This record gives sequence, C-alpha cells and structure tokens, in this order.
Amino acid sequence: MAGQITPIVMPKWGLSMREGTVNAWLVEEGATIEVGMPILEVETDKLASAVEAADAGLLRRRIAQEGDVLPVKALLGVMAPVEVSDAEIDVYVAAYVVPTASDDEEEAGSVFHTVEVDGIGVRYARRGPEDGTPVLFIHGFGGDLDNWLFNIDAVAEQSPVIVFDLPGHGQSDVQLPGLSLDALAAFVVHFLDAINVKQVRVVGHSLGGAIAAQMASNAPDRVASLALISPAGFGAEINAGYIEGFVNAQSRRELKPVLEQLFADPALVSRQMLDDMLKYKRMDGVESLLAGLGAALFKDGQQTARMVDALAASGKPVLVMWGRDDRVIPSAHAANAPKDATVKLFDGAGHMAMLEKAHEVNAAIKAHLEH
Amino acid sequence: MARKISMKMAVNEAIDQEMTRDPTVIMMGEDIVGGAGGEGEKDAWGGVLGVTKGLYAKHGDRLLDTPLSESAYIGAAIGAAACGMRPIAELMFIDFMGVCFDQIFNQAAKFRYMFGGKAETPVVIRAMVGAGFRAAAQHSQMLTPLFTHIPGLKVVCPSTPYDTKGLLIQSIRDNDPVIFCEHKNLYGFEGDVPEKSYTVPFGEANVAREGKDVSIVAYGLMVHRALEAAALLAKDGIEAEVIDLRTLSPLDMDTVLESVEKTGRLVCVDEASPRCNIATDISAQVAMQAFGALKAQIEMVTPPHVPVPFSPALEDLYIPSGAQIAGAARRAMKKGRA
Repeated sequence: MAGQITPIVMPKWGLSMREGTVNAWLVEEGATIEVGMPILEVETDKLASAVEAADAGLLRRRIAQEGDVLPVKALLGVMAPVEVSDAEIDVYVAAYVVPTASDDEEEAGSVFHTVEVDGIGVRYARRGPEDGTPVLFIHGFGGDLDNWLFNIDAVAEQSPVIVFDLPGHGQSDVQLPGLSLDALAAFVVHFLDAINVKQVRVVGHSLGGAIAAQMASNAPDRVASLALISPAGFGAEINAGYIEGFVNAQSRRELKPVLEQLFADPALVSRQMLDDMLKYKRMDGVESLLAGLGAALFKDGQQTARMVDALAASGKPVLVMWGRDDRVIPSAHAANAPKDATVKLFDGAGHMAMLEKAHEVNAAIKAHLEH
Repeated sequence: MARKISMKMAVNEAIDQEMTRDPTVIMMGEDIVGGAGGEGEKDAWGGVLGVTKGLYAKHGDRLLDTPLSESAYIGAAIGAAACGMRPIAELMFIDFMGVCFDQIFNQAAKFRYMFGGKAETPVVIRAMVGAGFRAAAQHSQMLTPLFTHIPGLKVVCPSTPYDTKGLLIQSIRDNDPVIFCEHKNLYGFEGDVPEKSYTVPFGEANVAREGKDVSIVAYGLMVHRALEAAALLAKDGIEAEVIDLRTLSPLDMDTVLESVEKTGRLVCVDEASPRCNIATDISAQVAMQAFGALKAQIEMVTPPHVPVPFSPALEDLYIPSGAQIAGAARRAMKKGRA
C-alpha cells in the first residue's frame, strides 16, 4: 500500500540551497491538494516563498512543524488516499530517509563553472535535460543568477537551462565588454559560442530583457524566442533614484530602502539579501563599474535605448511580463510591447515578478516555451 | 569565486593582494621572513604562527625581519607611514604592546590632530589577542579596550575569515593607524571567502543571527560563544539576536540600539577583563540612549578580574562559555517586565 503514499518534500530553490525553515502551513490535514497549489511557506537564506504541490492528493499528515529547519528533500508532509491506514503512514514516515547529497554535483561549488569570454571570466551553471533548445536566463542591472532561484528548477523540468552572471556582476569578473547594449549582447553571444550553444530561448529581466532584445536583433539565428520580465528598452522612464541609490549605497542602512523599491512587498528584503548584495558591491571595482553602466544606459532617469521596434522586426515569439507595482520601470511600458507579443501583468508584484510571483511567471514561461 | 579558507589564510591573502596592488605597502615584524641568521626564503617561517608564510618568496625585501625590539620597529613603521608608506607591522602578541605605547598612543594616534590635519599615519599594527592557547598570562590577554580608549586609533577584531580579509584590506587602505586584533584561537576557523579583493567598512556591525527576544553583543571569539548560546536558547524557545561588532573604534551603536529597541533585553559579552571594557561601554551607552526600551537589567558576561591562568583547567573556566552566556540571557528573560 505504501506505493500510494506521496511525500511532500523540502524543495531546492536555486543552486545553493541546503536547508529551509518552515514558516507556516497553508493547508490543513484532510485537505485535497491539487498540482501547483501553495501548501506551505518556506524561508531560505535568500527569500521566503510558498511550496507548491508537485502532485495531487489528500493531505494526511503534516510532518514538518512551523519553525523547523530542514534539509532539502526532507519530508514535510504525506499525501495518501483514505484507504491507506494511519499505521501505514506511521511506518512510511518512520522509514523515510532524506536522500543524501551524494553526487558531487550537489556540492554547491561544483554546480558552477567558469568560462573565459573575451578575456572576462564568466560564472555559469546548466540544469535540466540534455536535449532541446536551452533556456538562457539573463538577469538585470546589479543582479546575478540567484535572481532566478525560484525559476531554474521549474523550467529545467521541461527544458535545458543555462544561468550565468553578466560580466561585472555576481561572481563573474569585475570587468565590462563595453557600456552599450550592443557590446553586452555581443558578449552574451560570445558566451554562447564559448559553451557551444547555437540557439537559445531567452528569459531576460530588466536590463537583461533589453540585452535579450538586442541579441534577437543583432544575432537573430541565436535566439528562438524571448520571455521578458519588466524589460528595459520599452519606454523612456526609469527610476533614477533607484539606480543612483543602488550604485551609491554604502551600508545596510542605506541599501535597504533602495532594495525595498524592487518589491511590491518590501518585507521580502531580508538581512541576508542586503548582506549578499553588499558583499558584491564591496568587491574592488564594482561600484565604479555600476556607476559607469548606469550612467551610460539610464542617465537622469531616462533609458537611452529603445528595443521595441527591433524586437517587432525580429519576428520572434515574445512574451512580456510585468508586475503592476513595478517602481523601477513602470508597468505602463508593457503597452508598448510588439503587437504580436503575449503580455501578462501580475498583481502583487513589483520589479522582481520572477521572485514575487514565481508560480505565475514559471507557468507563463513554460506555456511560452511550448510553442 | 568564493571558497572556504581559514582565518589565517584570509590574513595572508589580504596582505598578499594589497602588496601586489600597492607598492607602498610593506611589512615588518619578528620572524616574518626567516628569523635572524636564517636563509630567508628557504626557511621562511612567516611569523610565530606562520600567518605570513609565502609572502617573502613573492614580495621579497618589502617584508622586513626586525630585531626583537617592539619599540624600535613599531616606531619605524609609524615613521614610515608618516612619510608616505603603508606599513603593516606584526607585533606577535598584543601583550607586548606595552613597550611601544608612546609610539602608538602619543605619536601615531596624535599626528593628524597635532599637525592640523596635514599628517596622515596609514599604519596597520596586527597582533594576536585572546586566551585559550595555553600561552599563559603574558601572551593571552584581550587588550582591545586599551586601544579603543584612545582617540585617533581604529580598533578591529573580526570573527570570520570573510570579515578578516575585508577588514584587513580596509585597514591597509585606511589613512589612520589601525590596531588589527586577530584571535589566535580562530586562525584555524574556516569560512567562505571570495578570491577577489573586497572591503568591509569600519563601523558597521554584523547581525550574525537574528532574534526577537534578547540581544547578545560580542566580538572576536566571543561571537562564536554567543552563537553557541543562541543555539542553546533556541531549544527553550528563546530567540537571541547575536551582534558582531567587528570594529570597536569606530563603534556601530545604531545596530546595537536598534536591536535592543526590538528585544528589550541585552547581554554584553567581552573576553577582556571586566572593568572598563567593551561590554561596560556598550552597557553604559544603551542605558543612556535606550533606557526606556529595556525590559530588564543589562547582563554582562566577562572573565573574572584576574590574569589569564596558566593551568589549562582554570584557563578553560576563565574564558566565557556558551553556557554562561545562555545563562545570562535566561536571567535577562526572567527578570523585569514582559
């Protein structure tokens, strides 16, 4: 009968998650669970989010208690049909062993690779199946590949995934190939050359969205489709206070109100998020690099590049997603999307919809990838 | 990329990267090269515990072995700093600073002030601090309060390899004299450290653990004891916030006050002797600036007012333990108002 028991386990969000804290259960024992339903809230050292059901079933037992800190794949709860007795569930729970991170890949260090592109070391990682057109995630200004922590594994269920840190960002070398979208897009194409990838479906966020559009325009054979989240290049305005504040913030105290502008819910800005961001900003050369890039692309609250016409001319399938509460690039820019594009606006999300509305964004990306 | 290295290697890497970046950075100290009469590179010790091992081979004569005369070479380092170099002086054990107090307290700390802001003294004096090394009363003291007392000196005492590298690079680039205190019992402690150069600013405490019930303020080795205490307290449902001061001068009182305003309870931990130390200073400032936020009297955990014992059994009792800190936090939780 144990075959009918379905475990609910601690998810692995992003590439470096080892454990999570159970904040709260969102469903009661006895509830009927559907696939994709949020069932409990878990907090990692980066962010808190809802664990969504991977399987359907009847929730029989809540194993994890609120406040528990548990490793990835630890048993959080048990689903089973009514025919399964409580005794059988007891046996299942008692016998459950958390799969150990035995393979080397689970060691956070070796998940990541470094490749030199035009003399600049680039950190990247690949997930998911071998076959198929890979999905390339491009983060935004000041971001890194961890911006995609809730999206990587979800998309990797159906497609190969490539995530990387843009030059001058995350743990790639603190150096830029140039200050224009052209230079950045050419660099990303060279990165694909370096890892022997011919064509990708691009998911781009903010500045990464504009880079993706520039790639589709400059190297159309390398880009099969584009999914853009709060992309740059769709309108004139950008929050100058955010860009300047981000570049100039020297301490947690200064950075906190700046990062809060990224989210509809400012409480998502954790101390860990601030510390991680400051660790990046305090690397030699980062501050002047960001200042230069910000001044070149977003001077005085005006975006210097417009990507919409090039995007429309490329003829590629385009999905545009935007949080309605985006305080960095206004969601009104979504109205400028190419006329054939699919446009989705999310309530309760700011500039980081892929973190705040991960489930919706993942569903939209997966649907977009299917055609 | 970040990888795990020890605190000792973090010190070594910070000095190595700054010597590579800036030709005015030099180092001097006892046995940091090969020791008197040694063959240099081949038998380079890298100081009494090997912290600077390998640097002589790479940077050559920019590392100077000095005679066993702290007053002479600390004076030389301060003079070199006043003349445009960025010297790092390794003074082995902080306990030996006594013989060069004039150079440090009355010269280095005062130059900027006495010369109307026209003189700068960018010297770093590194020294080992703390007990637990079975090195007896003359090699085991936590003398951070003595230096924190003097205007014109900056005082740093990190608890992690990440902070050690970033704070040491910041110290070398800083234009004022910095007393950089390395806890000898943390040299083997490993943590994630980026390979590239980075800085950690002075005057920003780190919240090593977040909690809502009681604030524990510590620095150096005591941060780890405070974290042990927080783990013990968590078993009883008490959520302790652990604040790592990182730098004692300048001091980040804002982070301490914010925490106390949240928790209403404060435990100050210091490995220094109990009178006139960092814990008494923090206590006084919180009592003055956030008295209304306190729900219970402030607790302090320090060693007794005695020299560090030579007997290992007594030395272990001398150093504040996680259990003692947890005990103080429990007292704070029981007393006062809810």
